[in-house]
Amino acid sequence: MDQFILQILNGLDKGSAYALIALGLTLIFGTLGVVNFAHGALFMLGAFVAVTLSNVLTLSHKVVDETRTDFLGNPMQVDVPYVHDWFGVTAGNAIIDWAVPLAILVAIPIMVLIGFAMERGLIKHFYKRPHADQILVTFGLAIVIQEIVKYFYGANPIPTPAPDAFVGSFDFGVAFGFDPNAIIYPYWRLVYFFFAITIIGAVFAFLQFTTFGMVVRAGMADRETVGILGIDIDRRFTIMFGIAAAVAGLAGVMYAPISSPNYHMGMDFLVLSFVVVVVGGMGSLPGAVAAGFLLGILESFASIPAVIDLLPGINQVIIYLVAIIILLTRPRGLMGRKGVMEE
Amino acid sequence: MLGLEKKDFRLLLIVIGLTMFAPFILNPFPEGSEMAQFNAGYPDLMQRFVIFGIFAIGFNILFGLTGYLSFGHAAFLGVGSYAAVWMFKLLSMNVLPAIILSVIIAGLFSLIIGFISLRRSGIYFSILTLAFAQMSFALAYSVLTPITGGETGLQLALDDPRILGVSQTESGNIPVPALFGLEMRSSYELELGAWLFTFNAGYYLAAFFMILSFYLAIRIFRSPFGMMLRAIKSNQTRMSYTGLNAKPYTLAAFVISGMYAGLAGGLMASMDPLAGAERMQWTASGEVVLMTILGGAGTLIGPVLGAGMIKYFENIFSKINETILHGWFAFLPDGLENFVVALIYPFIGKGWHLTLGIVFMLVVIFLPGGLVQGGQKIMGLFRRKKPEPTKPNATEPAE
Repeated sequence: MDQFILQILNGLDKGSAYALIALGLTLIFGTLGVVNFAHGALFMLGAFVAVTLSNVLTLSHKVVDETRTDFLGNPMQVDVPYVHDWFGVTAGNAIIDWAVPLAILVAIPIMVLIGFAMERGLIKHFYKRPHADQILVTFGLAIVIQEIVKYFYGANPIPTPAPDAFVGSFDFGVAFGFDPNAIIYPYWRLVYFFFAITIIGAVFAFLQFTTFGMVVRAGMADRETVGILGIDIDRRFTIMFGIAAAVAGLAGVMYAPISSPNYHMGMDFLVLSFVVVVVGGMGSLPGAVAAGFLLGILESFASIPAVIDLLPGINQVIIYLVAIIILLTRPRGLMGRKGVMEE
Repeated sequence: MLGLEKKDFRLLLIVIGLTMFAPFILNPFPEGSEMAQFNAGYPDLMQRFVIFGIFAIGFNILFGLTGYLSFGHAAFLGVGSYAAVWMFKLLSMNVLPAIILSVIIAGLFSLIIGFISLRRSGIYFSILTLAFAQMSFALAYSVLTPITGGETGLQLALDDPRILGVSQTESGNIPVPALFGLEMRSSYELELGAWLFTFNAGYYLAAFFMILSFYLAIRIFRSPFGMMLRAIKSNQTRMSYTGLNAKPYTLAAFVISGMYAGLAGGLMASMDPLAGAERMQWTASGEVVLMTILGGAGTLIGPVLGAGMIKYFENIFSKINETILHGWFAFLPDGLENFVVALIYPFIGKGWHLTLGIVFMLVVIFLPGGLVQGGQKIMGLFRRKKPEPTKPNATEPAE
């Protein structure tokens, strides 16, 4: 039983990332009808916003510390971050410590702007082109974004720690009445899960309970009619693209402490996220979220040693296997809408 | 001639000429000169040109004609490599049986995957092929280690049986792949003044297979079968209304292109007898997509050009480093020199992927027919007197 709970928990954080990326992909696909292969790159850019912010916050200048000497006997030079000068040492250290959560605030405007630029500058011209062209041009864009990041940050993963308050693990075993240390789970992953739930909830609430969201949903159902009613649906869809980019970026920001960002992390996630979207059903937002968590949890169940003994290699292929089975038996995915992507 | 129209025959002759004289054409700069680093006429790279040419020609038969975008084609190349290396381990070091087996195995493998994947079309087909290829990669990397060698890859060993050959040579080494005694790595070097030309046996074997594949591709493009494949791309619904079942045609195209990939894999293993799982990864599949689109999907010569261009960039362009750049722009004043070098450096050398990505995007945006269409457009500018505008023979991009 404790194994069971542990595997579900393990699946949740990866599943959260899949769900967030798949949600953004589906938003773009459902509104604009574009298959965006550059979405993984947006996730990666989000993670690098966190890296950049923590670099910026630790920008420092040298100050001669008279009280200490270095090994040559000269007064020692100490690096003092600018935030210490501005906010004092305690507050400055706290700011540096909380760089990753702070990056959320920075990432939202940056990612929305990048989303706008992408949609207006490039993807706008591809609405009338076939899906294969859309896949190819966004695939090219993903390569370009990756290489730019690689040029500035190098090819190695950059460790980006979570705030000290979240270091360590939560002992679920005690909470559920099992032995101590039976189920331990890092705090940050718990934070990630709740963060993902919040974001997903916010997006759904936005679509469901605001006038703007209502218009967007109407546009998803029948773009032409909404246009005839005198609503500038294109502008709203552009804003949705920005929101989808921000969702992917936030998923990336918060993922930075879980796995150190490197330039190709986006591609690794993208392939799986596409599988998630297809399993969930092209164009279905609840489907994307459900499939994201489902596949994340299935993946972690498949990595239980007992399961691997039974079916060697299953942990490596489970997601693809599920995708193949679902695509062949339920062609529209779990919750696919009728008439979406059907030739 | 050979059942080809005059125009196609001329194209075939040009390709034959180019591949036969490639050691000369690719080595235009004298040995030891400043420009010698741009020489691509060394055996290893020339082999890669033609082998990836075969791979791209095969991919084009599927994507260029039927419009089905497969993101998992590298799996067939990987399977072909494994089959060839196993032949070297078990039978003999002769490359012919190895290549034949790799084509057959890749064909069977693509028959299975194609049969399942082709039940869906569009993006679903792409995801299915991607999923199958990633599964093959993951399995080859982990569980199938006894067959595939896992992380280290499949290599020859001294105690392999090699029924029709020898386990080890008299000097105690692993024998090298050969075609009836002609070693694949043997080369003839011709020195002409300051120039050095290398003629490699392996290259010419691969080039022979490439010409053969190219000829077959022309025949397929011009055949009624090719016409059916084009019909699938332009309007599958209408095709089924006329009473034709598209499935056997797409499956045949899929298997043919899988066999092409297997041939490329077998040749790759014949040049260098080892096979690794990374050949099956989806990035490798993405590469052949890049090659085909860059050169011109749906055109005959496009994929070969694309393959050549990407491999040239990967091996030659990527070697340019900052020092060489400074050497080139040394004639500029110092400040300007540094500025120009700083401006160009991100795009070349290690950053060649960036250039590739940008060029690829530009091609997809402005030239859906690839470089071939670009060439035709330029030709059209010079030939303006002709009343009829040059029509790109690239068909519409695929759905």
